[in-house]
Amino acid sequence: MPTEAQLPPVSVTLTVNHASHSLNLDARTTLLDALREHIKLSGSKKGCDHGQCGACTVLINGRRINSCLTLAVMHDGDEITTIEGLGSPDQLHPMQAAFLKHDGFQCGYCTPGQICSAVGMLSEAAKGWPSHVTEDVAATQPQLTDAEIRERMSGNICRCAAYPNIVASIRDVAEQSS
Amino acid sequence: MKAFTYERANDALQAAKAAAKPGAKFIAGGTNLLDLMKLEIEQPTHLVDVSRLPLTQIEDTSDGGLRIGSQVPNSDLAADQRVRERYPVLSQALLAGASGQLRNKASTGGNLLQRTRCYFFYDTNRACNKRTPGSGCSAMEGFNRIHAVLGASDHCIATHPSDMAVALTVLDAQIETIRSDGQARRFPLSELHRLPGDTPHIETTLEPSELITGVLLPPPPKGKQIYRKVRDRASYAFALVSVAAIVSIDGTKLQEARFAFGGVAHKPWRVTEVERTLSGKVIDDQTFIEAGELALTGAKGHGANDFKIPLAKRTLARTLADAARA
Repeated sequence: MPTEAQLPPVSVTLTVNHASHSLNLDARTTLLDALREHIKLSGSKKGCDHGQCGACTVLINGRRINSCLTLAVMHDGDEITTIEGLGSPDQLHPMQAAFLKHDGFQCGYCTPGQICSAVGMLSEAAKGWPSHVTEDVAATQPQLTDAEIRERMSGNICRCAAYPNIVASIRDVAEQSS
Repeated sequence: MKAFTYERANDALQAAKAAAKPGAKFIAGGTNLLDLMKLEIEQPTHLVDVSRLPLTQIEDTSDGGLRIGSQVPNSDLAADQRVRERYPVLSQALLAGASGQLRNKASTGGNLLQRTRCYFFYDTNRACNKRTPGSGCSAMEGFNRIHAVLGASDHCIATHPSDMAVALTVLDAQIETIRSDGQARRFPLSELHRLPGDTPHIETTLEPSELITGVLLPPPPKGKQIYRKVRDRASYAFALVSVAAIVSIDGTKLQEARFAFGGVAHKPWRVTEVERTLSGKVIDDQTFIEAGELALTGAKGHGANDFKIPLAKRTLARTLADAARA
């Protein structure tokens, strides 16, 4: 059984928001901890750290995942996008703007994860992916109703229960882009 | 989390060889393994990353079925147009499980090998024969609402949590593997998971370093396919009871009815003897109620999960009825 002292760090180069970061990490480092503690991008939040709350959601090659449930060393060569890479205070991503417009949050802790998840979710919907509430999974382009938005966002918990306004924010962006 | 060394495999055989090292485990999506490693329930000393193996294709087979690479993410499998049209029960089952983020990461092979969500397996302060063989089973006398009513033992009443595996079982899927000696084999998915018996810590018939490389679906069966999941929340929760059913009819009679249960046993639960009795039966409520009674023969509750027995009977009856009358 190796002890921690015996294990050399693992080298990995992560591409985050188009910037390259060469790191030497303990193999145990999750992508979330690499982002927050090593690259100092603290937008992605640690909620449950077990993949249940969605606060850590980031986009990997455009796909939403829980960054707390994956190892940083598994992601060299991937395009990682965090909330900091979606937009900036001067130039908000449409989803960020919509959350402001519709007041899609209260305390804001889950919001980066909600926004990253919503962006990933809309690209899934644009590809015609079905969901659990889709009546006919074989339908090539399911309609993005509020029920569909809620089901597809069920991996993001909001402790303040800002759900109605989160749905409104996402619906707004979906309507803008359709 | 305990320390471990990490390597990434370039091909399936190399991965199987690397995993033959004592204490080694494969990691694919990692959504279940890393969760368990953080809790130190899983303590691998070496991780073999199989997530980038070229096993991410869904291919048509010459007999009209599909071969699903073991590294196909759950979301891609659920969204594949061929699966949605020919094997809708599989899409429905996948979409009934986990969340969008988890399905994007979780692999087909990993989904099959995920561990139980028994609370006592997760709580390292409690006895669990699966986590620590010989320590006892806290679920037996404890709060066992989510636990098994079929195929359990005095040593373990845990359930297998996968929805996907239930659909694959009713579809007669086979799995393909490779061992560290280079030998490949193929066998029915129904032979992958073991019942707990007195060795609940041994969950599958795989050798420790045997890698699942793919899942093979036979040509789509005739009839209507339905996956129905009953759970405590409308979304993002494990099944209390689920049923995957495929029903074909001939006029007012059943031609063939197949079904498998999730959430009730240590593996997807199929009762082919009961399926056979349904062929030729008249399509009416009595037929489906009887099927539920027969399918749950020998079921045993442990207190808090007693409700699963009538729930499973009714869920089966309703699902078969919906499929027959679709």
